[in-house]
Amino acid sequence: MPITAITKPSIMKKLNRDVQLCDDGGLKHFLTIEGLAKDRLVDILDTAETFVGINTKSTKKVPLLRGKTVANLFFENSTRTRTTFELAAKRLSADVLNINVSISSASKGETLLDTLRNLQAMHCDMFVVRHSASGAAHFIADHVEPHISVINAGDGQHSHPTQAMLDMFAIRRNKGDFSALKVVIVGDILHSRVARSQIHALNILGAGEVVVVGPKTLLPEYVRDFGVQIEHNLDRALKNADVVIGLRLQKERMRSALLSTEDEYFRSYGLTEKRLELTRPDSIVMHPGPTNRGVEIEASVADGPRSIILEQVTGGIAVRMAIMSITMGNIEKSLSEQRVSHLDQPQTTA
Amino acid sequence: MNDKTRFDSNEIDQWIERMSQDVREKLGPEYNSAKMLGIRTGGVLVAEQLHRKLALAHPAGELNISFYRDDFSRIGLHPQVGASDIPFPIDDEVIILVDDVLYSGRTIRAAMNEIFDFGRPTRILLVTLIERTGRELPISADVIGHCMELGPQQNVKLREDLSLEIEAR
Repeated sequence: MPITAITKPSIMKKLNRDVQLCDDGGLKHFLTIEGLAKDRLVDILDTAETFVGINTKSTKKVPLLRGKTVANLFFENSTRTRTTFELAAKRLSADVLNINVSISSASKGETLLDTLRNLQAMHCDMFVVRHSASGAAHFIADHVEPHISVINAGDGQHSHPTQAMLDMFAIRRNKGDFSALKVVIVGDILHSRVARSQIHALNILGAGEVVVVGPKTLLPEYVRDFGVQIEHNLDRALKNADVVIGLRLQKERMRSALLSTEDEYFRSYGLTEKRLELTRPDSIVMHPGPTNRGVEIEASVADGPRSIILEQVTGGIAVRMAIMSITMGNIEKSLSEQRVSHLDQPQTTA
Repeated sequence: MNDKTRFDSNEIDQWIERMSQDVREKLGPEYNSAKMLGIRTGGVLVAEQLHRKLALAHPAGELNISFYRDDFSRIGLHPQVGASDIPFPIDDEVIILVDDVLYSGRTIRAAMNEIFDFGRPTRILLVTLIERTGRELPISADVIGHCMELGPQQNVKLREDLSLEIEAR
């Protein structure tokens, strides 16, 4: 399967097969939120809640993944996502291998499958994959041995499911029920895998109202198909919002003529204290990081009382621990059942 | 084998009363400064009763051992995962660890592993309402409410009303 940049929902649906589910419907990989049942997402959030308390222990670890090896396969640079995955795996007692593929084998011409085969030969049990091509994590999940779990840590413009789940975790902890919430997502929706995953998660969890806001060049009409409202005027969108999510503006977009200047963007779409007065008094402001202060968010908002940006980072460890222990546990369980049923079969004699 | 298959809450209360006396004897005059931990869920029920009878100075904690079980490779993440609630430091404390049934010993092993992730206690006193046959690990209780000889097909279950029933699996 060739890996190409995919942005249209019709093509992305083809990627959304059941490759991430075990026969009994449990998650064995975590590749995308699209198509998952609400129970699965609630299960992740509930399990994450139980991992939050781990910080109060003198040994900040549980032995669930003891003896397992987690390989962080980052074909694209990332500090925050990689370190929180690393911490999550270590707090589950796994051994962690960080492989920055962008500066290693891939740049020497090794194919993705060869890289995979080599890692399998090292007896890794889980791959955490970030890749600039949409569908990369699916491709890997399709080709790994059955004892390996694959977690998507961001693929192209397609999906960033663990980021969306940690955002849902932060929202639920601050706001409780999703059904009464108006959630506004501001920024570069076109290129944002985070926004895409957030929209799916919010829809599945039953958020009352989801509004996406941005300039026309960064907010394609087909986003309506995801069941959200489109708005180009930030002030109108922010009215009575409970949750405001800012997205990082990738500066390279300026060069591609999709935007004029940073100043102009800030004037139209920057999250400022003044603008946030339009939201509900108890509204919260979120951002997946890293933030461009003065471009998409005012410094005083990022550091202000509505901001839960750092809480998102802390919660991200618990959420990633939950996802890793759920998928690895389901794989262990299904392999164990296969071993038992194999033993139960009548033995044929030669 | 046991002939009786049901024990009412009065009987269980008498066992717990006797257990509380045994705890006092084992720990000596400073027993009430010890900290109590009940293992979820049956152990918490027993711990509540025992805690009341001993009138301990500190509230009891709850230990959820689901992250420490040794069957992750067989059944995956336990469906009833939950966090432990330990409202006191563990370091240099005498811990009264309470469970409802001591069977294979695996729960207690997991519980002790978890306790040591919170700190280093001076001593752990293991208190169990029922000690039944079928141990798989070298673990024994310090204080026991009642001993039962049960076969592998029999299961003993403590109900929320503190009555006890022996069932066939």
